[in-house]
This record gives sequence, C-alpha cells and structure tokens, in this order.
Amino acid sequence: MRVVTLKINGQEMSGRDDEDILHVAREHGIDIPTLCQLDGVSEWGGCRLCLVEIEGSPKLSAACVTKVSEGMVVNTNTERLAGYRKSIVEMLFTEGNHVCSVCVSNNNCELQDMSHELKIDHISLPYRYPLKEVDASHDLFIFDANRCILCTRCIRVCDEVEGAHTWDIAGRGIKSQLISDLHQPWGDSPSCTSCGKCVEACPTGALFEKGKAAGEMVKDARFLVYLEEMKEEKS
Amino acid sequence: MINQTDQQISSSDELAALAAEYQAKQAQYENSIFVCMGTACQSVQSGGVLQSLQAEVKSRALEDKCRVSPGGCQGNCASAPLVSLPQRDLLYQLAQPSDVSAIVDSLQGEPVARLLCDNKSDFFVRQNRVVTNHRGLLNPESIDDYIAAGGFVALLKALFEYSPEAVVEQVQKSGLRGRGGAGYPTGLKWSTVAKARADQKYVVCNADEGDPGAFMNRSVLEDYPFRVLEGMAIAAYAVGATKGYVYVRAEYPLAVERVKKAIRSAEKHGLLGNKIASSSFDFHVEIRLGAGAFVCGEETALISSIEGGKGLPCPRPPYPAESGLWGKPTLINNVETFANIVPIVTNGADWYAAIGTPKSKGTKTFALSGRIKNTGLVEVPLGTTLREMIFDIGGGVPDGHKFKAVQTGGPAGGCIPEEHLDATIDYESLLALGSFMGSGGMIVMDDSSCMVDVAKFFMQFCAAESCGKCIPCRVGTAHMHDMLERITLGEGTMDELGQLESLCDVVQFTSLCGLGQGAPNPVLSTLRFFKNEYLAHIVGHTCPAGVCAPVGQDIRRPKCAL
Amino acid sequence: MISENSDTASNLPKLATVWLDGCSGCHMSLLDMDHRLLTLLEQADLVYSPLVDQKHFPDYVDITLVEGAISSEADLEKILHVRAHTKILVSLGDCAVTANVPSLRNPLGVNAILERVSAGGLPKQPDTVPLLCAHARPVHTAVKVDLFVPGCPPSADTIFLVISELLAGRQPDLHAITRFGL
Repeated sequence: MRVVTLKINGQEMSGRDDEDILHVAREHGIDIPTLCQLDGVSEWGGCRLCLVEIEGSPKLSAACVTKVSEGMVVNTNTERLAGYRKSIVEMLFTEGNHVCSVCVSNNNCELQDMSHELKIDHISLPYRYPLKEVDASHDLFIFDANRCILCTRCIRVCDEVEGAHTWDIAGRGIKSQLISDLHQPWGDSPSCTSCGKCVEACPTGALFEKGKAAGEMVKDARFLVYLEEMKEEKS
Repeated sequence: MINQTDQQISSSDELAALAAEYQAKQAQYENSIFVCMGTACQSVQSGGVLQSLQAEVKSRALEDKCRVSPGGCQGNCASAPLVSLPQRDLLYQLAQPSDVSAIVDSLQGEPVARLLCDNKSDFFVRQNRVVTNHRGLLNPESIDDYIAAGGFVALLKALFEYSPEAVVEQVQKSGLRGRGGAGYPTGLKWSTVAKARADQKYVVCNADEGDPGAFMNRSVLEDYPFRVLEGMAIAAYAVGATKGYVYVRAEYPLAVERVKKAIRSAEKHGLLGNKIASSSFDFHVEIRLGAGAFVCGEETALISSIEGGKGLPCPRPPYPAESGLWGKPTLINNVETFANIVPIVTNGADWYAAIGTPKSKGTKTFALSGRIKNTGLVEVPLGTTLREMIFDIGGGVPDGHKFKAVQTGGPAGGCIPEEHLDATIDYESLLALGSFMGSGGMIVMDDSSCMVDVAKFFMQFCAAESCGKCIPCRVGTAHMHDMLERITLGEGTMDELGQLESLCDVVQFTSLCGLGQGAPNPVLSTLRFFKNEYLAHIVGHTCPAGVCAPVGQDIRRPKCAL
Repeated sequence: MISENSDTASNLPKLATVWLDGCSGCHMSLLDMDHRLLTLLEQADLVYSPLVDQKHFPDYVDITLVEGAISSEADLEKILHVRAHTKILVSLGDCAVTANVPSLRNPLGVNAILERVSAGGLPKQPDTVPLLCAHARPVHTAVKVDLFVPGCPPSADTIFLVISELLAGRQPDLHAITRFGL
C-alpha cells in the first residue's frame, strides 16, 4: 500500500492505492451517484451510475471498482456522464412498476432521490409494465418485485454479513428476478433468520416491514454505519 | 490404427521413433479412404457410409491394402457426407452407403463422376491452411495418427530446447492475436501471466463458441483435439501453469467426447499429466461443460462458471492474467489461438509472421453461412478481401439473388454492404467498417433479407443472452429490441428512431462487459449502411425486402378492437 | 371566475386546465392557491377548465395544464384536440407525467380489471363508458408536452410558480420544489 496523488474534477487529492475512486472522491467531498454500492459489503459494479471518465482511457470506468493510481485524472460530472446516468435511471423506472405516490418508501427511496438528483422530470423511454409478484408470506416483511431494481444489496448483505444467503437472482436478462432460497415463498425459507438486514439494505420499497403504509417505511441509516464498523473490526 | 500402443514417451528421439513406426504402418497401405466424421457429415449419416465402406473393403479382402478411417472436416459442409481418397487425389461429396461399391472401384479405376467434388476449385485452392492443415486426412481420435503427422514435436521442442521465456518470445514475435475476436496480442497476454507471481496458475481454453452461424471452434476441436491440447501444454509451460481447463459448451457433444479421449490418450503416452515426457513439467487438463449461456464466452463470466458460480461477468481490471480462476493468474485463449501455437513453435515465429498483414498476422478460420453457395469452414490468410472470401471461395450468392451484406463478428458485429467488399479481413479494417473480427462467423445476406429484421434478430439474441447484471444491457437491449420490433410492424416513428440511436450510445458505453458493449453494433451498422430500409419501414410503411410484409404491401397490422 | 360570454374580447393570455384520468387532486391543489388565484386571473383568462362552465375547448389557448393519465379513447381524443389548440402544454402532476396510480392496472390487462371492478358483469364498451386503452399512459406518450410538473399533487406554490413564470415568458425551474411522488 502506498499513497498516490490524483486529480478528480480538477481537485488535487491523495488516496491509498488500494482504495477505489468512489471512496477517495467521497472522502474529499465529491459525491458520485450509486445505487448498487453499499459500504460494508462487496462491490457489484452493476448499476453503472458511478461510471467516470479517466483521462487517457477510451472506456468509462466504474468508480466503485477502479483503484486510484498515481497521476490519475478523473472527471465524474461531465455532461456526457449526466446523460448516461439519466438514461440508466430512466431504464429502471421502465423496467419495474414504480409508483412513488403509493409506495411505502415514498420520500425515503434512493431511486426516487436519484431521479431528483439527476433532474429527471419525466420518463422518455417506454414503460414495460411487467406483471410481477408480491411475496407477503413472511411474518415480518414483504417483498414487492415491482419495486426491485436488482441491485443485489440484499443478496450481498444476507450472504456476506448474515451468512444466510437466502436471496439470489434467478433467470437472466430482463427476466432476472430476486428469489428466496430455491424460489420458495419467503415465509417458507429455511435459511432466512428474519434478521431484517436485507430490508434495511434495500434502496427502494421492494423490501419493507409489514404494516407500513405509503411513505412510512424509513430505512435505518445507522445500520449501514454499523456494517462498516463490523467490517473494520474484522479486518 | 491397429495395436494402439500406450508407450510412454520420454524424449524427442523416442517420439521421433514412434512417429516413424506409425508412418511405416501407414505406408503399408497402398490406398486410404477417409470419411468425414465431423458434426455436419455425421448429421447426414456419414457413419453409415464409413461402416459400409469398411464392410465393402473387407468383403473384397482389401483390408491390408486400403485403410478406411474416420476423417476430419474438408470444409465444404454443404456437400456432406464427404469422402476423400488422398492417394488418388479424389474428393467425393453427397456420398451414400449405396455408393460404396463404386467408391471402392474407383481406387483402381475411373473416378465416380456423379459424386465428384472439384477439389481444385477456388474454394480449396484459395485457402491457406495452417490450423486445419491436415485437411481432414487424419483420424481425429487417434493419437497415433497425430504423432505420425508430427504431433507433440512442438511440445517436446519447447520443453527440451526452449526456456519458458523463449517460448513467450516466439509467440510475441509471431504477431499472433487472440482468435476469440478482440485480437489482443497473444504474446503480451502470455508474458503478463508468465510474469505474475503465484503458487498456482491456470490455462483455460475458451471453447464456448456461441455466435449465431459460427462453428469454427467446434470444427477445430473435433478435428484437432490433440493440437489444441498440445498448444495448451506449451502455453502452460511458457507461463508456469500446471493445471488447465477446456471450457466447452455442452451443445458440442462430439467435440467434448474427442477432447476427453484425447486427454486420456495423451496422458497414457506421458504427454499430459505428471512429468510430461519425463521432464519436470506437470500439466493436467480437465473439461468443464458450459450450459449454453453466450455470456460465458466472456472471460470473467467463464471463470465464474468454471468455479461453479453463475456465469456473470465482473468488471476488469483486475484482468484474469493477474487474478483469474480462484484469484490466481489465468491465461485464457480461444481454441484457435491455441491451435496456432503448434505451427508457430514448429515452423518458427518468422514463418508465421510472414503470413497475413502487418498488423494482423497469420490465418483465420471462418464459418461461411447464410445465402452463400459454399457453406462451410474455410481458413484464409488475414488480409484476404471480403470479395475474394464471398465470391471466389464462397462461390457467391445462389439462385440468382443479389448480394446485400455480410455480417461478421457475431452478435457484436456489423453488416458490411457491397461497396466495402474490397476491404480486407483483418482486425483493424473490420473495426473501421463498424464491424468486428469476432470468432469468425460470416453470414451472407442477399436481397431477400430485411436489414431491420436482421438487426432485430441480433438484438433479440443479445437481450435473451444478457446476464442481467448491469442495467444498460439488461433493460437497454430489451428496449432496443422492442423499438426494432415496432419499426418492423410499421409502428415506429422518427422520434423513436432517434431514441434508438441514443440508446445504442448509452448501452455501448455504459455496459459492464463485451456483450452489452457490442450489442448495439448490428443496429449501428445497419443504420450506417442501410438507413433507407429503416426509413422505408417508418415513413413508407413498406419492407423493401418483402420480409415484414410482401413487397409493396403495408406492413402495419390491421387495427383490432380490444 | 371568468366572464364566459366575454363580449369585450380580452387581450390577456388564455389559460385552460384539463382533467383526464386523475383524482382531481391536482385541481384541488390549484384551488389551494387561494387569493393568488385572483392575482393570476388579473394576468390571464381561464377559458376552459372543469372548474368553469365551458363546454368546448377554445380554438386557441396559450397555456393548458393537464391533470391525469390517458386511460380511455375519450382521453386520447381529448388530449389530441387540446394539443392542437394549445401553445404551451403542461403535464401537471404525476398522473399526467408518469401515469401514476392509473397505471397500476397496466400489468394486469384491461379485461381482468373490468371483471374485477364490475363484479363479473363487464360494462358494455363503448356504449356505456368510453373504451379503455390497453394501458393508462403518460400524456407525453401521445402528444408533445412542453413542461413537466411532477408531484402528487404538485403544491399550490409549485403551480403558482409554473403559471406565473410561463405567463412571464420564462421556463420555470422546478427542480428544487417538486419531484415524483410528493
């Protein structure tokens, strides 16, 4: 490990060479949008919102998985990137059935926040209106696939922190879906410990506590900090 | 051949002696007949032809004079089953079991005119066979045949005469580039893995060929399993690996079977496994079957699949050369790349580098398919023009139709129109035409193909094969497919066409792996060269090729009530 | 609110509001402007709205605010007409912008919905009610929209800003004050 200096959005900064661009940027007050990234669990690199431009590279790089290096010049907020991010978030809105006004997570949702941050005032891509299921078989929680953005934060937190690996993705492409165990009702899951970590990790209203009405599901942000502390203690 | 020996080989001299012995055995025959037992020929019962020929030769008591053997692919698969009589320089096509008597007659007498295939035609003489140099005249399952034809000389030469660094240098000097499609310099990849420090390294042969219309890797594995394994062993020696995997799709049962047998026979001869040829070099090879996901051809997804996980790609870097299988440095090359190693080591890097163009050296196999006369497998020097490929070697478009485009590079490739047919086939020039070398699929289309429909087909493929990990590929390909579908139904608008173009840009630049990054290419290239067809659908509501509706008719569906 | 038979032709810009498939919450929010309504009506004539007694959409309107999604053939016909006679068309509220609550039926299909809500006795369409479209759609999927005002409903402050800025010939910046769902 050594310390390297780099430039992000014209700002000189330094970071350890085992750190990724995302964290070095955030440490220096530069926010890069993410949805699948969650401190305390492994990186996924799937949402593509943290793509940044690195001078000298023709390709865009995901800031969450790209390590910083000496002399790196990074741009995180170009017009081109903003356009791509907008398109990607629009895709998420069309992929599922996201109706903010009646969602348990209304006003407490990272997807909704992201659309606001990216100044999305309407969705120009055609909505797909897929028929998706709601699994309310669990005693405490509900999974609503209509609101799932397949970020896999629940999968990783369940697998890597709780050690249960109740969740996974079945199918591929646009038919990908979150399933519990071997696609059994969540309430019948022999592996689920009902710890609720997946619910707290979920960025949208896809996983929520039973009994919550529209706008009432507030995820506990302290839980994420706790995860980070656990990770540090472990290492 | 008779008396398969399991002799352990422990030096180049022993190998040479064994080769001489096998050659002498083969020389006892005055004649030989090879029946292609590749997938295409077997699918039209070449096995029956082989059996009948064996019975016929036996009934005429010619077994000692004429060898009847399973053979490999001749290339012109459209004329299967194919039977070769090398001593008589004859090639028969469309052979049936009822023809065997006439075929055996022709060992001495006149050729059977009705079965004759012109092996002096452009299809054969314009090729340059380096990877497929045995022209099918070798029993693919026999290590004896392979040794008699000079097999394993290169491996032993590398082991006993070269240092690992010298092998890497040879490959670097040869200019060989990855035959899986992207064209990354093979020698550079090898040297990266060789330099990596680790207690364990791996060599992986990528045989997850999945492009529509591509069957080069299948054919090479079926015909030259020993050569691919030998290439892998040389690579393992060069980079310091002791374990290898052939990742082959389960849809290639014959290739799987032959590789399996080849591994066993090579191990019995001490040419794979522990202490190869009594040297200190160990190399074990295992087969891993792919379950048919296209994305598993992407190297990080392939690694995940070998490890037993779901075939999902991971962001690179780190590249597999640094951190691959189980986190260890891993060399992944395509079947054809490995098949090129033996000729390079045998004939030298300079010999290889003299073939092809300055930037794209050597030869490349291609699978010709679609609206072309000579469907099949061909091998040409890089730098051959598309026109030579399609009209000279391929024989042009049949049935009086007019050539429209050739699709190269698989689902990430593009469609190249008539006006660019004089472009050469090499990594750079195909890229400049908005296409891609790819693994070697070449699909020819004539005026009966609708280019919007073609783009839709490839998009459907990509959408179905998207793993779903990243959003732009998962959702973007589905949207692009739907938009293309609406255009073919006459429901598209110019606004939507603009939206389609901007989606192409998003998916191309933001997707995680090559599948998504390449998925827009068929749309981009058809938009580049055939925009008039898109406009005909959107503005004129007609399909010029008559695919979406008969020519001249409105492609819009009649409106029906709820 | 406005003199219907305005013999004295007003030179003020013409304002209209239209109600498609929505809960009328956006119109309630409009009324929540209270006294500011009077300020606005000094600057524009409200020539058509569910809130005024006017049967036909005028030939020319400067600004039309649309509440609601396009759910039926009647909605579609109406918005096409409105668009053709409007200079600046505003999608007001989430139903117009995203199809929102009306779109909840979309994955299920029209027949399933009709059977459910009419207890098995399918209403005769289009004789008794307008024919439902396969999907409830955002307004911009049918006609060009000039300004999007998300919110469920957009607040009175937001609507006031939208109208007064448009009347002043400016494009309002709504980012800070409204978003989907709220």
